[in-house]
Amino acid sequence: MKTPRIFVPNDATAIACGADKVFGKLKDALAARGVTYDIVRNGSRGLFWLEPLIEIETPAGRVGYGPVKPSDVESLLEAGFVNGAPHPLCVGLVEEIPFLKKQTRLTFARCGIIDPLSLDDYKAHGGYKGFERAVALGPAATVEEVFESGLRGRGGAGFPTGIKWRTVAAAPADQRYIVCNADEGDSGTFADRLIMEADPFCLIEGMTIAGLAVGATKGFVYCRSEYPLSYAVMEKAIAIARQAGLLGRNIAGSGVDFDMEMRLGAGAYVCGEETALLDSLEGKRGVVRAKPPLPAHKGLFGRPTVINNLISLATVPVILEKGGKFYKDFGMGRSRGTMPIQLAGNIKHGGLFETAFGIPLGELIYDIGGGTASGRPVRAVQAGGPLGAYLPTSQFDTPFDYEAFAAKDALIGHGGIVVFDDTVDMAHMAKFAMEFCAHESCGKCTPCRIGSTRGVETIDKVIAGERRDANLVVLRDLCNTMKLGSLCALGGFTPYPVLSALNHFPEDFGAAPKLPQAAE
Amino acid sequence: MPILHALQETFGFVPEPAVPMIAETLNLSRAEVWGVVTFYHDFRREPAGRHVVKLCAAEACQSMGSTALAAYAEEKLGVAMGETSADGRVTLEPIYCLGLCACAPSAMVNGQLLGRLDTAAIDEIAHDIARDGAKEMAR
Repeated sequence: MKTPRIFVPNDATAIACGADKVFGKLKDALAARGVTYDIVRNGSRGLFWLEPLIEIETPAGRVGYGPVKPSDVESLLEAGFVNGAPHPLCVGLVEEIPFLKKQTRLTFARCGIIDPLSLDDYKAHGGYKGFERAVALGPAATVEEVFESGLRGRGGAGFPTGIKWRTVAAAPADQRYIVCNADEGDSGTFADRLIMEADPFCLIEGMTIAGLAVGATKGFVYCRSEYPLSYAVMEKAIAIARQAGLLGRNIAGSGVDFDMEMRLGAGAYVCGEETALLDSLEGKRGVVRAKPPLPAHKGLFGRPTVINNLISLATVPVILEKGGKFYKDFGMGRSRGTMPIQLAGNIKHGGLFETAFGIPLGELIYDIGGGTASGRPVRAVQAGGPLGAYLPTSQFDTPFDYEAFAAKDALIGHGGIVVFDDTVDMAHMAKFAMEFCAHESCGKCTPCRIGSTRGVETIDKVIAGERRDANLVVLRDLCNTMKLGSLCALGGFTPYPVLSALNHFPEDFGAAPKLPQAAE
Repeated sequence: MPILHALQETFGFVPEPAVPMIAETLNLSRAEVWGVVTFYHDFRREPAGRHVVKLCAAEACQSMGSTALAAYAEEKLGVAMGETSADGRVTLEPIYCLGLCACAPSAMVNGQLLGRLDTAAIDEIAHDIARDGAKEMAR
């Protein structure tokens, strides 16, 4: 019989919680017992409250144990965890954990299951089937397949990916580029990181398909410097793919030429904005460009460029493999397919939950996430990163959908949800949003550069009770100027967290509390 | 930028004399190169402490009490946020999101990631740094 494999995640969250120490201890303990097991460093399943989650193959499926501390290793071995035996840390069959079972994993189907750097494993789980189909379809039909799927940019703006690709394919050029935005700077998000660390070939395949579709032969992944592990895994995966003939000239005999490189950011949040990212890739200060021209016409080095969020590109292989229609059948309204929702902050079961659009916010927080980690009542959640609105519990019936969120003056952004309990001071959070904008502003446009600093000062005055009513009027006026006058989303969206905090939690600003609505 | 990253990797910061050299090689003005160095938070213009503690200051970590923890770390390490101690032993900095938001609060200590931080973990970090300091003194 084949020896069962043991899985110990090589994922930044798992490592931050001690996975490397557990791995070392486990290896030593097995050696001391004179037994050898194949220990695979897999990616994370995205069930972060269980990390480090060790898994073992059994005839019934993979059994998990977590969260494992190095000091638990001996007792796990004593209990016979290598046979899937019971132990206080045993979580049973991993696939049966409700948090995982309730998900619809399309983009993240392989995450945590495969060895991230094994091409054989990747191909055994459907890898490169999408690419093969794209080769058979040809460029134009590949673009149409993505259009048909209804995929919208997962970075936050929600622009239809198919239209972007059509535009680039139609732009006359001697050279076109594919750029992957992996500058995942939003607090509360880690979906890009998870793909890079758990399924890097998926991104490589997605970018290769994009290259084929629009006639681009060169791609860049712009990865933030706060993700050193992701960067290292991607570098290795690219080298492996190149070695296997899956990057470079005439990929797998298809006649398609495509190669890609990693680029490291340097701690500037604004570089997640697509035009600032392009400037940064060109070696300049990450300053936002005025649009038009669109990057699809004049992007990287002035050439037509597909610049997509990492999740959009990593979703392309499954769309090509199973068809645009298959993907489109998930979701609601104009939000088609699935979204990796990232539950973070003060939440009991934090992690990545991929599901079809339309799930109500409250269900995510309570049923899936299990409420707060502190056990105190939820007061607010911030959806969509530092530029996303704060939503009170009275809006928890809002379905997770681009348009439904927009109707409540909120945004889903990159799918991050940060939960706060009742100890949060919303005036402080509003001030933080302005401070963050001031810290990260690229400085090109005045509303963002100056407005954010004046915003911090004004909120300080409100908190201190200095001419409160007059200053609140100034603050609202300032938010309006920033919203309408800023060049990009940094200045333009900073008012969302500020105004939502002010509108839903006026009592934290020293004003009269909002009257409870009759229906609630 | 790959050049600047490489310099920082080698020297721990981007030394000012490197700027005219880069400018000449890339056929850029010194101002353009200096502009890039100063734009990005990562590039240091002076050496950091021997230990670098980066505490996450973004919202998800705040929701789990990172603000109070940062104050505790300032006290324990004897250095203010964003500064290096006078003896060059330790630098304490905020960082905006390490992507470990589901196990907040988080930090990066000398390149190592740490999650689910509490005051005991900070004590341990401070203790390790003090111990290394004692070793340096002995030498």
